[in-house]
Amino acid sequence: MASERVAIVGIGQTEHRATNDGSIAGVVRQAASRALEDARMDWADIDAVVIGKAPDFFEGVMMPELYLADALGAVGKPMFRVHTAGSVGGSTALVAQDLVAAGLHERVLTVAFEKQSESEAMWALSVAMPFQPPMHAGAGGYFAPHIRSYIRRSGAPDHIGILVALKDRLNALKNPCAHLHEADITFDSVRDSIMLWDPIRFSETCPSSDGACAMVLTNERGGDAAAAEGRAPAWVKGTAFRSEPTMFAGRDQVNPRGGQECAADVYKQAGIDDPRADIDCVEMYVPFSWFEPMWLENLHFCPEGEGWKMVEDGVTQLDGDLPVDMSGGVLSSNPIGASGMLRFAEAAMQVRGQAGDHQVPDARTALGHAYGGGSQFFAMWIVGAQKP
Amino acid sequence: MKMRDVAIVSFAQTHHERATRELNEVEMLMPILSEALAGAGIGKDRVDFVCSGSSDYLAGQPFSFVVTLDAFGPWPPISESHVDMDGAWAVYEAWVKMQLGKVDVALIYAYGKSSPGDIRRVLSRQLDPYYLGPLWVDSVALAALQARAGLDAGAFSVEDMARVAAASRHNAMSNPYAQLSGEVDVADLLAEADFVAPLHKHDCAPVTDGAAVVVLAAGGAARELCDRPAWIRGIDHRIEPHALGARDLTTSVSTRLAAEHAGLGAKPVDVAELHAPFTHQELILRRALGLDEDVSVNPSGGALCANPVMAAGLIRMGEAARRISSGKADRAVAHATSGPCLQQNLLCVLEGD
Amino acid sequence: MTDISLPERLRGAEPVRSIRTFARLEYAYTPGRAASRFLNQVTNKRLVGQRCPVCEKVYVPPRGSCPTDGVPTEDEVELGQSGTIVSFCVVNVPFMANLMEIPYVGALIQLDGADIPIMHLIQEVPYDQVHMGMRVEAVWLPDDEIGPTLESIVHFRPNGEPDAPYESYKDNA
Ligand SMILES: [Zn+2]
Repeated sequence: MASERVAIVGIGQTEHRATNDGSIAGVVRQAASRALEDARMDWADIDAVVIGKAPDFFEGVMMPELYLADALGAVGKPMFRVHTAGSVGGSTALVAQDLVAAGLHERVLTVAFEKQSESEAMWALSVAMPFQPPMHAGAGGYFAPHIRSYIRRSGAPDHIGILVALKDRLNALKNPCAHLHEADITFDSVRDSIMLWDPIRFSETCPSSDGACAMVLTNERGGDAAAAEGRAPAWVKGTAFRSEPTMFAGRDQVNPRGGQECAADVYKQAGIDDPRADIDCVEMYVPFSWFEPMWLENLHFCPEGEGWKMVEDGVTQLDGDLPVDMSGGVLSSNPIGASGMLRFAEAAMQVRGQAGDHQVPDARTALGHAYGGGSQFFAMWIVGAQKP
Repeated sequence: MKMRDVAIVSFAQTHHERATRELNEVEMLMPILSEALAGAGIGKDRVDFVCSGSSDYLAGQPFSFVVTLDAFGPWPPISESHVDMDGAWAVYEAWVKMQLGKVDVALIYAYGKSSPGDIRRVLSRQLDPYYLGPLWVDSVALAALQARAGLDAGAFSVEDMARVAAASRHNAMSNPYAQLSGEVDVADLLAEADFVAPLHKHDCAPVTDGAAVVVLAAGGAARELCDRPAWIRGIDHRIEPHALGARDLTTSVSTRLAAEHAGLGAKPVDVAELHAPFTHQELILRRALGLDEDVSVNPSGGALCANPVMAAGLIRMGEAARRISSGKADRAVAHATSGPCLQQNLLCVLEGD
Repeated sequence: MTDISLPERLRGAEPVRSIRTFARLEYAYTPGRAASRFLNQVTNKRLVGQRCPVCEKVYVPPRGSCPTDGVPTEDEVELGQSGTIVSFCVVNVPFMANLMEIPYVGALIQLDGADIPIMHLIQEVPYDQVHMGMRVEAVWLPDDEIGPTLESIVHFRPNGEPDAPYESYKDNA
């Protein structure tokens, strides 16, 4: 039974913006070309392409991989399309990693994208179904009650969400690819921003972005070759994904079991006993600021109910003990289909030491995290600087 | 490279029909999920991985697959994935995961209800959004273009095409799940009016609501769950350019490539289940695969007798596997396609012990 | 990356920055058997959930299967017209095409007899007085406007009962 070591040797992304003037193919190709350039490879070097995004309604193109085959140099190759929920960028990277791990391909290009400007995201997400309960408030309205439940359970003070938003937006200032660059952001400006979906303020929500992310994954030989040329690869040390139903009686939507089990699985594979001590930084999927303390607990970085204390103590700041969302996170850039892969890519950039101004010194082990649906789909990987 | 042995050990499908007006997708799937698990003699707790294929554009709803997962009941949390491709590609994803040794039993389902929308218009949304999409060229028109190219090149004749239709309907008479079946006369078919010239109505697959489920098992588990597992000896898929002008429509390069990589040519096959929604596409596929005259092609009646989009390719795998498990065949090939004019193709070679 | 430059004669041309192509697709949705039964009862101003034969939880609105057991829910259970606010959010975004005056409250309401909350609007109470545990009741459209949709309930409003204890709804909060 084959199980090859997998290395990330190329990473590319677009500058995420409200509107990218390129075509859909142009946006995807820009990220992919940058990943290839980073990997010192050409299109012909790639054996297979794995592309992900969701849902297709965002751009008005059904199965866009068909139209994108030409632009991604996939002609004559296997091209695989992943379509999970908000976690899709993560799930896509995991399928690519499996192709290499199984020994089927040596060099796989994986891409995820979104052009939210191509159509109305709010519209695309709320096609009115005549017989389903009416949607009253969009995604924020869906998640706000869960956040309220978290606050009720944990007794977290109101300013926690503000601290997270401020931290992520300040981190984004160090990341040229981030969509939001709010140089004059302050605690007060976040606090005073309009309360959209109480308890979620405007400055505690993610933007709508156009953008794409791409990675080149190779087997051990490819990873070693990159290392020999002085281009440190990131090595995959564990991968996991879990799903559970959207709603069921007694479902814990604040600390979902699927996320807990997914984390436990990926830590086990990576030989991590104490995530707080063994992981150097985390890039997690936080579309509303309060999800940072919630996920800190879900991912076993602290006991239940204490995630907000890590935030308050500054542990998750870029210079903290466990930096979280060094890139500025989803709160600063949100090309939805690519957002999961951006988390995975940032984790890999950190252990490769290529994160520039948002680099965590000596990051050796990092967690990339994505989730989707009603906090019910999870995808994670652990990457490390050291070959496992 | 030595791959891990993985087999199709169980298969179930719906009774395909033009429109399942009473059932939503969950209700359509639940009975066949149970049937497929029962066929393998297992409960859902034995399943290590679930993967499904479906399309939001068919359902007319974003993230439509999320609700459908409730038909399986993913609790406690499961390892699960979804592709916006035919379920045959979901089998591919599962097969890859099984190579890594973490998954011994996988359940794959796919479903498509074409009845809510206008399938020809819906499929036009697959086209290049800048140049072709705005023209609303529909799926039948594109296939007609391909048929015309083949006819003009002398690759096949309208009689050849009608013979495919007649043979499919004949074969489907022994398939209780088929939507269309019966003895039809080639001359009668040819006497019918053109539909989208040069295609007649009989050249086109019907519009179908339906679903299918396949259970995969690896190594010892496969032997435990099935008397005669249909072993996957090779599986591969390839894509061609989207721009029709950049392709030779009279042949299928990607099918031939996938066949090479799946090792189809090593030995002759007894059965070929080909996912051809149009008669001329079956002819193109037969030729691309180099199938001998004595190969039984689409003994189920194929997609021309029931074409639940997103599941039709998975059904080809199930039908091929069923013939191996029942001992009627020793080696079979199943094919699935996606995109306009056979743009993307998957091949799976199956064998009995 | 390769730099692509325009030929000389196109240098002055205005770039096409976007094209608008409208896509309209129409669908006829099928609610399915379970939802049909539920919606038919809604036209009689009754809320009828369905019990899972395996875990015995009562689901509303029923979708055809128990999400955890994957089996059909067939046993019907009439639910109360009142329920408890499990959690909620105050909306300040003009989301519903400005149909609602903001701020308004969207809440998860666990109907009496159900094991899962539904999402609906809370009205007839100042938004800043809405709280977890608040008891509310359904307000229906006039009889001649009632149809097979949950929108036949205009909103929920406080029913005057004392708050439900946290313990009684915390499984869903
Ligand atoms: Zn149940």
